[in-house]
Amino acid sequence: MTSPMLELRGVCKRFGGLTATDDVSLAISPGELHAIIGPNGAGKTTLLNQVAGELRHDAGAILLDGHEIGTLPPWERVGRGLARTFQITQLLPDETVLDNVTLAVQVQRGHSFRFFADARSDPDAHAQATQFLQDVGLAASASVRVADLAHGERKQLELAVALATRPSLLLLDEPMAGLSFVESQHMVALLRRLKGRVTMVLVEHDMDAVFALADRISVLVYGRVMATGSSDDVRANPAVRTAYLGEDGD
Amino acid sequence: MTSDTLEARRSGRTYAFPMSRIVIFVIAVAILALVPAGATALHMPSVTGFATQVLIYAIAAMSLNLILGYGGMVTFGHAAFFGVGGYVLGILYQHSAQRSAFLALVPGTDNLAVALLAAVLIGAATAAVIGSLSLRTRGVPFIMITLAFAQMLFFLFVSLKTYGGDDGLMMRRRDVVPFVDARDDISYYLICLTLAVGWLVLTWCLVRSRFGAVLSGLRQNERRMMAIGIAPYRYRLVAFVIAGAGAALAGALMANYLRFVSPDMMHWTKSGELMMMVILGGAGTLFGPILGAAAMLALETALAAYTENWQFYLGIILLAVVMTTRGGLSALLDRASGR
Repeated sequence: MTSPMLELRGVCKRFGGLTATDDVSLAISPGELHAIIGPNGAGKTTLLNQVAGELRHDAGAILLDGHEIGTLPPWERVGRGLARTFQITQLLPDETVLDNVTLAVQVQRGHSFRFFADARSDPDAHAQATQFLQDVGLAASASVRVADLAHGERKQLELAVALATRPSLLLLDEPMAGLSFVESQHMVALLRRLKGRVTMVLVEHDMDAVFALADRISVLVYGRVMATGSSDDVRANPAVRTAYLGEDGD
Repeated sequence: MTSDTLEARRSGRTYAFPMSRIVIFVIAVAILALVPAGATALHMPSVTGFATQVLIYAIAAMSLNLILGYGGMVTFGHAAFFGVGGYVLGILYQHSAQRSAFLALVPGTDNLAVALLAAVLIGAATAAVIGSLSLRTRGVPFIMITLAFAQMLFFLFVSLKTYGGDDGLMMRRRDVVPFVDARDDISYYLICLTLAVGWLVLTWCLVRSRFGAVLSGLRQNERRMMAIGIAPYRYRLVAFVIAGAGAALAGALMANYLRFVSPDMMHWTKSGELMMMVILGGAGTLFGPILGAAAMLALETALAAYTENWQFYLGIILLAVVMTTRGGLSALLDRASGR
């Protein structure tokens, strides 16, 4: 049994009287694609934010590859091999697609207290960034400014930027949200290609995508893990059907 | 839509620096170097003095632009560093003239190079202290804290009777430099020109470097930068310190030029003036602050000759320029030259 890439032990988060994350324990193996599903307001994004470090959990432990990262600020977690994408894309609007990725490549290679050399005459970083853009199918838009990019392309760019930090664990916050059917198919294919290379935690509402991609699924309801298992287990679980799948009306 | 195209112009101009622009730049510097000769030939010696002040304010405005324009840190206390630089030079001069020592430890000097270096270092140190505390906040609290620090320094120097208090500090003569007659107006203009060009080149290097890319990235989206592994505070603080050093350099040059330094140099209205120069000229552009400094001083001088209520008219003109150009004089110039 290999040790988990990501392990959550009794993670809790309260906002005043609201328990957003209620004693969540999960173990995600290296290479696994683990989906987290649940109704709106179940605390999925809150949980991701705690793993990424934007929110500090109140109790419990977060272990990345066996090391506690729960006390580290977000940027140090990135240094330990964690990357994320955002549900609402967070990119640098004034820069080009290529520069967004190049910056991530450069940051990944070391600190940026470099004051004199031109950041853009770095052919090696450009080459790597271009490779990541090709991986997500965005190479043709390399010189487009992000502000002029369509929504679907921004979602792809989010993924390219995250991959450019060379993560061992990738947190994906609703990568299909707002995508057209075709774009969504494309994203599923993309994530399928990444499977095995990177451990992934996928928060997603698109059930077709989840069932197509996930090795295992956890169902989060009111901040609590209601069930964890293969897609068949989860689909068959009566409590899940009542709490979530049934409500969706399919 | 307009803001989008402006952003496009800005991000294009910020880094691109093709050969033709270098030629224009060299010609511009050459013309500026000939200003004193022209002023003498036309029997308008006051032009040299005016141009000296423009260059000095340009350094201060460029330093503010690094954090305000490129870094997106809206500080309302930048004049604090301008004043600190001025006082460093003034205090060193006073001790040199009185043959005494600051705190009975540090001897004074009337060497311009030493005084400027001291001003830059102490300006940077002051910015490190103020920045390390104020940069823990963002937005309106950041504006208020930087303002509060500047006002604290203002009142500190008002109460320092040893160094003139409210009345400020007069210097009988300007500082000297070995081999150059720095007391001569034309030589001093050329010294200021050299330093202004130096600061411009430094800024240009900074904004296109990896450090500059991170700084500009933090302005655009801090969450994104943290998510690729950037610790925002450190980068912002370093930029803040560099900006403080630049403003202190300008302050020392101004104190030496006027042979006078007073707490007014660090008054909040002076911070506002520096801000106006940056915004008027074009925040986040390389040459904007220089244009802004020149335009502000020219307007002040021209309007003050006509009316006592010149600030009223200045306000109207500034408002008109900022509202209509959307991007300051720098954007206007770019459109005029068809870029």
